[in-house]
Amino acid sequence: MSSSQHEVGQMAGRREGGFNQWLNKRFPLDSLLRDHITEYYASKNLNWWSVFGSLAMVVLVIQIVTGIFLTMSYKPSAAEAFASVEYIMRDVNWGWLIRYMHSTGASMFFIVVYLHMFRSIIYGSYKSPRELIWIFGMFIYLALAAEAFFGYLLPWGQMSYWGAQVIVSLFGAIPVVGESLVEWIRGDYFISDITLNRFFALHVIALPLVLVGLVVVHIMALHEVGSNNPDGVEIKEKKGPDGVPLDGVAFHPYHTAKDLVAFVAFAIVFSAVVFFAPEMGGYFLEHANFEAADPLKTPEHIAPVWYFTPFYAILRAVPDKLGGVILMGSAMILLFFLPWLDRSPVKSIRYRGWMFKTAVALFVLSFFVLGFLGTQPATGLYTSMARVFTVVYFAFFLLMPIYTKLDKTKPVPERVVYHD
Amino acid sequence: MSEDVDLSRRHFLGVATAVTGGVGAVFAATPFLASWQPSARAQALGAPVEVDIGKLEPGALLKVEWRGKPVWILRRTDAMLERVRETDEEVRDPASEQPQQPDYARNEYRAIKPDILIVVGSCTHLGCSPIERFDLAPADLGPDWRGGFYCPCHGSKFDLAGRVYKGVPAPLNLPVPPHRYLSDSVILIGSDTGVA
Repeated sequence: MSSSQHEVGQMAGRREGGFNQWLNKRFPLDSLLRDHITEYYASKNLNWWSVFGSLAMVVLVIQIVTGIFLTMSYKPSAAEAFASVEYIMRDVNWGWLIRYMHSTGASMFFIVVYLHMFRSIIYGSYKSPRELIWIFGMFIYLALAAEAFFGYLLPWGQMSYWGAQVIVSLFGAIPVVGESLVEWIRGDYFISDITLNRFFALHVIALPLVLVGLVVVHIMALHEVGSNNPDGVEIKEKKGPDGVPLDGVAFHPYHTAKDLVAFVAFAIVFSAVVFFAPEMGGYFLEHANFEAADPLKTPEHIAPVWYFTPFYAILRAVPDKLGGVILMGSAMILLFFLPWLDRSPVKSIRYRGWMFKTAVALFVLSFFVLGFLGTQPATGLYTSMARVFTVVYFAFFLLMPIYTKLDKTKPVPERVVYHD
Repeated sequence: MSEDVDLSRRHFLGVATAVTGGVGAVFAATPFLASWQPSARAQALGAPVEVDIGKLEPGALLKVEWRGKPVWILRRTDAMLERVRETDEEVRDPASEQPQQPDYARNEYRAIKPDILIVVGSCTHLGCSPIERFDLAPADLGPDWRGGFYCPCHGSKFDLAGRVYKGVPAPLNLPVPPHRYLSDSVILIGSDTGVA
């Protein structure tokens, strides 16, 4: 926003001329830092809900760094993959730590991203003018889901194998082309060495590139429009004589200081899991995966890792293959349409009525219950429960145009306020 | 200067370039997409397999591997064949109308020889491998269970002819692979034409 107001080399604390000036004549380092860090103004009332975006970036870095080191010892072949993971765990110096950081990082990525998305829902961060930020974010979520899925096959354990078998088979539900599509994805007549090798390529290079690219456009769109805040007030509408929003404070040092505290808290939790409960009772690393893949023997009970279980419960709730796949897909795709399903004139939950609050509460409840059911066998009572909560999950979206319109809203203040 | 520009010509050239480039992109993408098809080696490894069933006792199940999937060969007893007839009402596709088998197996018992059932043991729901449950009326499957196959993943049930029960997630009967008898006791699985 302000690169033109500044002369090259005038950044605080920097000496004029010399290398700094030489550099900035050739690369816009200072103006990039100003636009995105030191003179990017976000609302002064941001609370702890706003730290999960930064944390997601931190986890992305953890995953990329640990991932690079894992590829140095991992062998992407059906004959060697399982043993190479054991080799990493037992023989590679600190290999166990690097792998546990990567496996814990995968789950933490989803925790952080789910909280980040929940923040957007309660504060209406997906609403105009931030629809594109939300949509790029949803693409990040889908890319992350694909990345997690491809990565899960790599240890070549029983759950890796049969999980991949189940998910790849989902595409077989598509009429006419389904079966040939499945064969094309696998590159073989079953999940084989060929499938493992290509999933490895997708996991370590193709999807990380896509993810990083999406993160860049997500942040560029955010910095163009400006961050939302817990009041859902557009701070850019009230600017001081210096052109700075009256309620805005610079991202650095004010928000970075807060994000740093969140990072320390995150690091404590992350380390606690890595060192004391890397398997997290079978939720982060499933027990069936400690047995090597056997294409001829399905484990007694198959469940995806926890972050997919809500969608898996929806899939199983439908006693029809194509119907289940369509419903599971819609459960994710519907999120893309939130900006247009929500008809409320206000953004933040602080100024919304009881209907929206109830709807969000039920939605969160259904997400947790479905998540639990997805880890359990699909027996009579559990299947019925899954059906009930699938209806609740979809009602949140499909009825949204109605209840957000009917809901009584409170007047939104002109400037941001502190509630506590 | 700008009034000399023929905008419609410029627009036409722009569109023509984009279309040509687009066609080129499709051609360029083809080898990459086609490289995902099963390779020559994968196809060779997916070749038919020969199975000798001479020593298979009545009521016994033999599991062999073809294309990385379990193929079941079950020599059914007369009592088992009787139970196939009894489940006609409870299965989704009793007459095998869906193309889940070659024409020569599209009959009452879904087999060339009534007693020899040959199916791919891969659930038509999401590809888990069902478990053989030939016991009658066990506690977990209910008093009406007449023996068959039960999928532990999502609870699909199949009878002793690999036909799917109604009201379970799997939509289709277990597929019968192409196969033929090379002799009375040797079966070729994966091909029903030509010489082995």
